[in-house]
Amino acid sequence: MSLRTALLFAASLLCARAGAGEIPPSERRSGYDLMSRETRAMQDDDATNPGMLWVLDGETLWNRKAGAADRACSDCHGDARESMKAVAARYPAFDAALGRPVNLEQRINMCRSKRQKAPPLAFESRELLALAAYVARQSRGLPINITIDARTRPFLEAGREAFFRRQGQLNLACAQCHDDHWSGKLAGSPITQAHPTGYPLYRLEWQGLGSLERRLRGCLTGVRAESYPYGAPELVNLELYLMWRANGMRMETPAVRP
Amino acid sequence: MSLLAGNAFAADSIPASLTGAKGDPARGRAIVANRQVGLCLLCHSGPFPEERFQGNLAPDLTSVGARYSEGQIRQRMVDSRKVNPQTIMPAYYESEGFVRVAPAYRGKTILSAEQIEDVVAYLATLR
Ligand code: HEC
Ligand code: HEC
Ligand code: HEC
Repeated sequence: MSLRTALLFAASLLCARAGAGEIPPSERRSGYDLMSRETRAMQDDDATNPGMLWVLDGETLWNRKAGAADRACSDCHGDARESMKAVAARYPAFDAALGRPVNLEQRINMCRSKRQKAPPLAFESRELLALAAYVARQSRGLPINITIDARTRPFLEAGREAFFRRQGQLNLACAQCHDDHWSGKLAGSPITQAHPTGYPLYRLEWQGLGSLERRLRGCLTGVRAESYPYGAPELVNLELYLMWRANGMRMETPAVRP
Repeated sequence: MSLLAGNAFAADSIPASLTGAKGDPARGRAIVANRQVGLCLLCHSGPFPEERFQGNLAPDLTSVGARYSEGQIRQRMVDSRKVNPQTIMPAYYESEGFVRVAPAYRGKTILSAEQIEDVVAYLATLR
């Protein structure tokens, strides 16, 4: 390696390390930090956190036999508190068979169909959200940990490109709100930095639990852009970029948001 | 230099009404205050005591009529990018050149020419 290539290589590593380079790591804030004291208290106490209802449902489903294989998640994975620890913190993750990253809900559904021989659960169904919340609960407090390699880099770059692309009739990029104006208010709502630390999460406005993709579809609709169907590669790429951008931040699932 | 200045000036103002007629300030106020129609209060605040939720991403609209002529306000409504290419303010009277617009809005402007004139007439009264 010549000195010049070595320097270029080092520089590109630095760029990749510094995240998008838009919000310096020391200034990163979870949506939690921008919430009212009441909403934070609701999230902090399992007795008042409405998301815990889904987590409890998820635990029941984890142990229930299903499908033609008549197997429960626990038959293969045992105690989720051990086997699923820190798993959600590294999703979306690359799936070799599909040749692309899949998010946690998709990963759970792959076990549903391949391992349990059961029909896949619908996106945003109570069951799938409950299982995802239960699995992601086992990452609560642990740092988001997305590693990028040659296989996942193109998907990360596609997600990043989408984050910076102006779109929709309002012609706004995600970055214009979430990097450039995160401390501002949009009609009274704090914008936040869009770190996906708490999904699936309970949103007071939804009166229920929802996935990160539901949130992303909401922001796309907000700028009057064409949305994507749940599970679309474009949404998973965005999820991958957002999770990578939040590397090192602590998981909060099930979080509460206004 | 003079060329640049001339261009900047041309893009700063649209003196003529888009409809040829004067707008209605009362209708204009209703459009500005409506978060689904005008969307202005997502970003701006203004003299709307009845609206609890207003944005803080853009200048307050109170007294905007004293700072800008009708033509200057019209230009900012039609396409603020002509004044500031980096602006986050949507172009309210432009229907082309956008990416991945939702089907319901494709090929349409955010506001009609008549609505723009109503808003211009209203903002001009804010002195
Ligand atoms: C018949 C055994 C079996 C059953 C039943 C099963 N899984 Fe799996 N699961 C596996 C195996 C094996 C893997 C890893 C290999 C693979 O499939 O790629 C896995 C992988 C996973 C992963 C990814 C783990 C990681 O480290 O990335 C998750 C999450 C998961 N399963 C959740 C579930 C859930 C939730 C259920 C119940 C709805 C379930 N599994 C049912 C066998 C099973
Ligand atoms: C016009 C400004 C705006 C744009 C553009 C925008 N968002 Fe948002 N976004 C918001 C606001 C405001 C919220 C806070 C939620 C609320 O109360 O509505 C939010 C919330 C979020 C959250 C939830 C953060 C949390 O703490 O859970 C994520 C993730 C997100 N946006 C991602 C995106 C992505 C990805 C895009 C681009 C496709 C995007 N947003 C475009 C304004 C915007
Ligand atoms: C997405 C945010 C956004 C929306 C929605 C929006 N604006 Fe703006 N507007 C801005 C910003 C930011 C500026 C400051 C100049 C700039 O950056 O281009 C501005 C500037 C202006 C100005 C010039 C005022 C000044 O003091 O410079 C006027 C007039 C104006 N907007 C009117 C409106 C009206 C009327 C609406 C609704 C029909 C509206 N805007 C909707 C963001 C917005």
